[in-house]
Amino acid sequence: MKKYLSGIYLTLIFGILYIPIITLIFFSFNSANSTAVFEGFSIKWYIELFNSPETFEALRNTLILAVLSSLIATVIGTAAAEGIYRMRNKLAKSAITSVTNIPMMNPDIVTGMSMMLFFVAVVAGISTVFELTYEDIGFFAMLIAHTTFCLPYVILSVLPRINELGNSLTEAAQDLGCTSMQAFFKVKLPNIMPGVISGMVMAFTMSLDDFVISYFVGSSNFQTLPLLIYSMTKKKVTPDMYALSAIIIVTVFLLLIISNFKTGKKIEGRRREARRK
Amino acid sequence: MMKKKQSIIHSIAAAPHIFWSVLFIILPLLIVVYYAFTDGEGNFSFENILSLGEYAEIFGLSLELSVIATFVCLIIGYPLAMIIAKSKPKHQKIFLMLLMLPMWTNLLIRTYSIMAIFDDGGILNSLLGTTFHFIGTKGAVIFGMVYDFLPYMVLPIYTCVSKIDKHMWEAASDLGCSPTKVLTKVIIPLSMSGVISGVTMVLVPSISTFYISQKLGGGTFELIGDTIERQFVTGALNVGAAISLVMMILILISLSVMNKFSDSSDGGIIV
Repeated sequence: MKKYLSGIYLTLIFGILYIPIITLIFFSFNSANSTAVFEGFSIKWYIELFNSPETFEALRNTLILAVLSSLIATVIGTAAAEGIYRMRNKLAKSAITSVTNIPMMNPDIVTGMSMMLFFVAVVAGISTVFELTYEDIGFFAMLIAHTTFCLPYVILSVLPRINELGNSLTEAAQDLGCTSMQAFFKVKLPNIMPGVISGMVMAFTMSLDDFVISYFVGSSNFQTLPLLIYSMTKKKVTPDMYALSAIIIVTVFLLLIISNFKTGKKIEGRRREARRK
Repeated sequence: MMKKKQSIIHSIAAAPHIFWSVLFIILPLLIVVYYAFTDGEGNFSFENILSLGEYAEIFGLSLELSVIATFVCLIIGYPLAMIIAKSKPKHQKIFLMLLMLPMWTNLLIRTYSIMAIFDDGGILNSLLGTTFHFIGTKGAVIFGMVYDFLPYMVLPIYTCVSKIDKHMWEAASDLGCSPTKVLTKVIIPLSMSGVISGVTMVLVPSISTFYISQKLGGGTFELIGDTIERQFVTGALNVGAAISLVMMILILISLSVMNKFSDSSDGGIIV
């Protein structure tokens, strides 16, 4: 009885979560120009979408931004996690971690607003020396903003690994003649790699998905996919927006399955290894 | 000897991050403070802060809707997290994936899909031939918030509940607790840190949203996020900065109060 009830509950909640998404994908194959009445199957909205240079540019921008910002955040964040771990001064340590967490705690709209005002001030400052508009730094503003809100995710995913690992391995490496740099890169880094990777993946998806901060910081000449979707939903919506959404949803779904499958295998493998020992 | 050399190298490791944080987190926030306390020409003034009284009603409405949405998420999400945590490990993985997929789908798309269904001339009405009016009501905005942010409530609670030792349940009932008592006296207190991080993860984006209210509110009413966005679009940056500042301070205060109640810091970031 109890089992059936929980089954019904799960079905109900997941049903509500998925019905809108599935309907949206279904209507992306509508042959009519309507977003409410289904008249027949066609892929014309997909063709239209693939013929629009705007979509490709937004896709390219989104990917470039996500790759660069997650890479920068991973390098700075991993180094920072190591630095924070080594810090003796408790006060400095907690001060740094709380500042790191600010972009995560703050509503996106406040982070976006503050960064936008900052870049406006920077542009105003520079343009007293030579001509510069906000559009000129559009890409860099986005890159800096994305890296900033990605950093806490990297640090929070690497720091527990470093804490867990402790000092003994690197100390052993140094006793055996490694310099502290070698000890970090040859011993510590491979051991904390899973944390580094998952931090990077998290940062990457955060950057891909971000709308609010990009909306405030972005300039008209650097459009990302979420910004494109926003501008599409501002006007009267045609089913090509459904098509774009359907592609994004299916891509995310495939990525999720692949990554789950892989990590599942990895965990399984590690467990087997541990057992053998 | 070794120790000393080590500490020099490692103290530099955090330096880029500290530099980055000061330049791109603290400085922008200081600029928000500067904008909030100056007029358009850069003269010091309290005008923006004093004008915030006009927005008290909007603030109240945002708080009302987001608190209701958070509460609904908790009521729906807690049992969901429990059911997932108690199901077979193989099924758990699938359920978690099903929960994470909507979370990874862009918020704009999810919100828009609700609108496509419930709009006056939307899919539901044209399918059933009814004239059901939903978009533009408070209920629609709350529904949107719950729909968009439910996974953020479920995941931290799940992480917390699944860590509770299975023997806890048995021990409590062996010692004479009724199933309800096991829940209220043992399981809920032990999962409190998950509940608190779930609440913050739903409340903060709900209270500051502007897309959900723009689309599902149908322009009939304004939330505080919409107000900030409007100031941004019309270029009234000083007032926008003042509202942002007040909102940030209120949220940071309530977060630190809530963190006082949760003893451990884990469970917050599992996404």
